[in-house]
Formats: sequence, C-alpha cells, structure tokens
Amino acid sequence: MNNIFVYIENENGVAADVSLELLTKGRELADTLGVKLEAVAVGAGLAGIEKELAKYGADTVWVADDKEFAPFRTLPHTAVLCGLIEQEKPQIVLFGATPVGRDFAPRVSSALYSGLTADCTQLEIGDHKDAKTGTEYKNLLYQIRPAFGGNIIATIVNPDHRPQMATVREGVMRKAYAAKPAAGEVKAIDWKKFVKDTDLVVKIIDRQIEERRINIKGAGVIVAGGYGMGSKENFQLCHELADVLGAEVGASRAAVDAGFTEHARQVGQTGVTVRPKLYIACGISGQIQHTAGMDQSSMIISINTDPDAPINKIADYAITGDVNEIIPKMIKYYKQNSK
Amino acid sequence: MKQLKIVVLAKQVPDTRNVGKDAMTPEGTVNRAALPAIFNPEDLNALEAALSIKDRVAGSTVHILSMGPLRAADIIRDAMFRGADGGYLLTDRKFAGSDTLATSYALSCALKKIGADIIVAGRQAIDGDTAQVGPQVAEKLALPQVTYVEEILDIADDKIVVKRRLEHGVETVEAPLPLVITVNASAAECRPQNAKRVMKYKYALTKSEIAADAEAFNAKMAASKDYLQIVELAAADVDPDENQLGLTGSPTKVKAIQNVVFQAKEAKKLSSADKDIEELMVELITSRTLG
Repeated sequence: MNNIFVYIENENGVAADVSLELLTKGRELADTLGVKLEAVAVGAGLAGIEKELAKYGADTVWVADDKEFAPFRTLPHTAVLCGLIEQEKPQIVLFGATPVGRDFAPRVSSALYSGLTADCTQLEIGDHKDAKTGTEYKNLLYQIRPAFGGNIIATIVNPDHRPQMATVREGVMRKAYAAKPAAGEVKAIDWKKFVKDTDLVVKIIDRQIEERRINIKGAGVIVAGGYGMGSKENFQLCHELADVLGAEVGASRAAVDAGFTEHARQVGQTGVTVRPKLYIACGISGQIQHTAGMDQSSMIISINTDPDAPINKIADYAITGDVNEIIPKMIKYYKQNSK
Repeated sequence: MKQLKIVVLAKQVPDTRNVGKDAMTPEGTVNRAALPAIFNPEDLNALEAALSIKDRVAGSTVHILSMGPLRAADIIRDAMFRGADGGYLLTDRKFAGSDTLATSYALSCALKKIGADIIVAGRQAIDGDTAQVGPQVAEKLALPQVTYVEEILDIADDKIVVKRRLEHGVETVEAPLPLVITVNASAAECRPQNAKRVMKYKYALTKSEIAADAEAFNAKMAASKDYLQIVELAAADVDPDENQLGLTGSPTKVKAIQNVVFQAKEAKKLSSADKDIEELMVELITSRTLG
C-alpha cells in the first residue's frame, strides 16, 4: 500500500516520453521509500503497453481500456484517476505537465482535496518539520519548482494531505531503463464503478493533430535567438546558421512573445528543456526563465552586445558584439574550415 | 436566445515577463516595487472571448471576478473600459497564503453567489504559470471544463462549440452550459479601451476606495451611481467553510525559497573581430563539437 502512481499519457497505445521519464524518476523514489511503482494507463487499444512500462520499472500496470477514453477527455479520465486513487491510496501521483496533464491533474487534486505542484524541476524524498506546530514529518515528497518568473526556486511539501501530486514537463527528467526490469503485472481498473454518464457530456467533434515537426529536444546543436535578434526578419539569421551547422533553432520566451518565431521552439521553463552538446545563444540576455531550460548544455556560446548580460555567467564563450555582424562571420568561417 | 451571464476570472500580476536588472535586489530577493502590476495577459484573452459571446447574444452581461488586494480594482476598471459591465473584487486577509486549491475554493464560493452560465478564465497567470485555477474552480462547482480555448465557434441556449489549441494541433469540442472555459494566448487579443466607456466608468470604485476619501469628487460620484460601484466581497460575504481558506486551506506548503543566483564560471571573452570568430569555429571543428 501507499505506493507511487505515474499516469501514463498515451496516443494509440504508445506511452508518451514524458510518462517514461516519470517512471524512471518514480522508480528511484519508490526504491528510496521501499514501495512499489505503479503505472496507470487510461486509453484505447492498450494491449501490450505493460511490456514497455515494465522496462522502465513499473511493478504494476493499471489499465482502463475503452473507446470512451480516447481521445482524452477531462471528465472520464478524472473519474478513473480519482476512483483508483481512492481505492489504492498511493502516497505520490505524478503526471506529465503536458496539455493533458495540466488539464486534468488540477481537477483530480481538487476532487481529492490534495495539493498539486505544477512543473516541478526536481523531486526528492526528505523530512519536514512544521515551523509553527513543531510536528515532524518523515519521507515527504519535496516538489521543487521555479516561481515568480523563475527568479526564485521554491520547495513545496504537502504535509497533511494524500496523495502528494506533481506535474513535470517533458525533457526535465531523464528517461532510462530500470536496472532490472520490473514485473509489469497488469491489473484491470474496474472503471465502470467510477465513470458516470454525466462524465461523458463533452463531445469531441473534430481533431486535427500534426506530427511533431520541430524537435529541438533531440538536437545535438541548437542555435537559439532572443529578443536581441531585433525582428522576425533578422531572426532568419539563426535559421541560416543552424542550416549550415546542421542544428535546430530554439528561441527565448521574449522572442516568441514578440512573434519572431513559433512557440514550439521555445526553450526554458514554459517551453522545452534541452541538453545539447552545443548551445549558441544569440541576442539572449539570459533570464532564469530561459537558462533553466538550457544550462545543462555541454557547451554554451553567447553572442550579446552587453558584456555583462547574465547569460555570460553560464557561457563557456562570450562574444561581445552585434549578432548581425557575428552570425554571418560564423557561417563564413565554418564553411572555410570544415571539409 | 436566452441572455447569458458571463463571469471572467482575472488576476492582477507582477509583470514577470520583462524582468529588468533592478527586479532583483543585491541580496538576491525579488524587488516587487520594480515590477509593474498588470492585467494577467491570458485573462485579457479571456475577457475578449467573453465580450465576443456578449456581442453575439444580445442582452448578455460580462462581469469580472478578481481575488486580490484592494489595488486589484485597477484591472476591473480596465476591463470596464474595454467592455465589461461591472466587477467583483474578492478581498480579505483571510485569503492570504492561499495556494491554487484555496484560491479556487474562494472563487467558487463567490461564483455560487454571483451565478454564471459561462465562466471564462485565462489559461494561466504569469506569476505562477500553474494553469490550475480554471480546472479547480470547475471541479469545485461540479461543472465541465474546456481548456486552451482559441475560438468560440458557436453558441446556443444550452451548449457551446469551441476550438481548442493543443500542443500539436486543434480540437473542436461541444460542451453543455453552464461550464468553465480557459483561454489561450493564441486566442484573439482583447479589444482596447473605449474612450466613451473610459468617460463613463472612470469613477468606478470599490466601497473601500470610496471610504478612503469619502469627500473626494470621485468618491461622491461613485457613491451616487449604482453602475459605478465595483462590488467588494469579503470572505464572510460568500459563506465559505473557513477551514478551506488561506494558508489553513492550502494542502501545499512552501518549505523553502531559494533565490536564483547564477553559478558564475569563467567565460572566455571574445570580440566580433574576424580572428576571434575564425579561431572559435576552428576550435569547434577540431574538437568535433561541430561537424
């Protein structure tokens, strides 16, 4: 009892990367606590999904498999999770901070009157003493997240309410097979007990989902542009350099907000977390909102007119100057010196 | 068709998007005074969505509900200048320290008093980016929710059809009224303030603002006209279970706050000179970082 749940987001029976990342983290937390790791898959066409989940350490795979559950709708998924959580009483439940997780995890937490911390960047187990009452708590989940536009990092705990729930963005945790595969024992969720007719009132009339076109998460080299690129036209320089280097183009929130490029390229707390071997930051000042999503890059080159830009504190190479002058030179000298 | 009562949930937030150099004190704490308080951007998209419904369904009303300190009345006035009919400010020390769940509970108590056919909120607020309050308000009121709305496609007496923006596509959804919708930044921008409405509503005040300087012209104007009164609601006015308010009603507790300090490392400084750039590119190629 009091195990760890990971909600398995899936499309056509294939688990989302973020859910596998959470299983990897969940396995580590479960080992620390000496409890089991349980995956919860709700969808349609889920036969065999347990094989993959077991590799990532799922001891148990709870399954609710019915056409009503795909595509995702808030109310039936909420009903299944709430019912199963009340039945099994896990101490921790983790969700991906995806459009799906961010839609229904708050609703689950409200229904269960338990806390939910959004967009955690670290999860750890630790003790807690309430400053006022002096009550001591053992083995709580530390839910660590940036707040206030990323200028502070807060550690959140839920001392008195269970389960402790958190969402984590894709790419923040590492995905890795468990040291030894777990059993992945399938258990059917008796979902008809939990889902009422009133949970089916919202109807999906049409759905147009594109394949993922932009994949900055997997890129080895990223050329990222910020507000300092100046305009949508100038932002093209990032694409030109990226094309020559075989890189992907990323962007800061300021550049996306200014309309220089699309949101799918945004790196940082409200975008994607990346760990490329080389990150070239062009006209990016380096607000924590951005650096939180790229500071684990193996090498960082910054180009900025301001020699004291915060980004230079985490850069390996800080080039002071105008992107309009420097990017064309980088293209020229790369072409001249590479075979 | 039947007139709709629409309530927009809006929050006044510190502008964390454009944090300047003076936004952090030398001690590394947040310098709130340096951050202007603004209308949460996606709540403006929500207001526009609400006003667009009002445009379609004659006789409908749009009111703002904001929970926050007294100065949050500023965004209610802003909304009235842009087209809202009025507003409610939910304000009480008892709400201090609320997490998203306690906030949602307080808002849901107020919404039960106010009544609404459609509750519209921004997807998330920029000071927390949690996106939790919309769905939690919906749950507290036992209403269906539709998140990430980009466009209202159709509305009838008992249902609404909307387009949702997902990560990699769009979805068209039909849902019954009443309900809660949350609106994305990709939705239509909010209409600007209207000069006639500014003239009409510039003296709109809450009762605390009127009481603060009752003899002032503004206060007398506001007190004399019903439509100039922004309704101020204290905790007791919305009949809550007090155990669910504020810090007491918040399951999540902040254990520690750490100010973000960059781990300074020695960056190699380069100029824009050709020699510097060429050496860098050669080094990246020979170290096999590139190519």
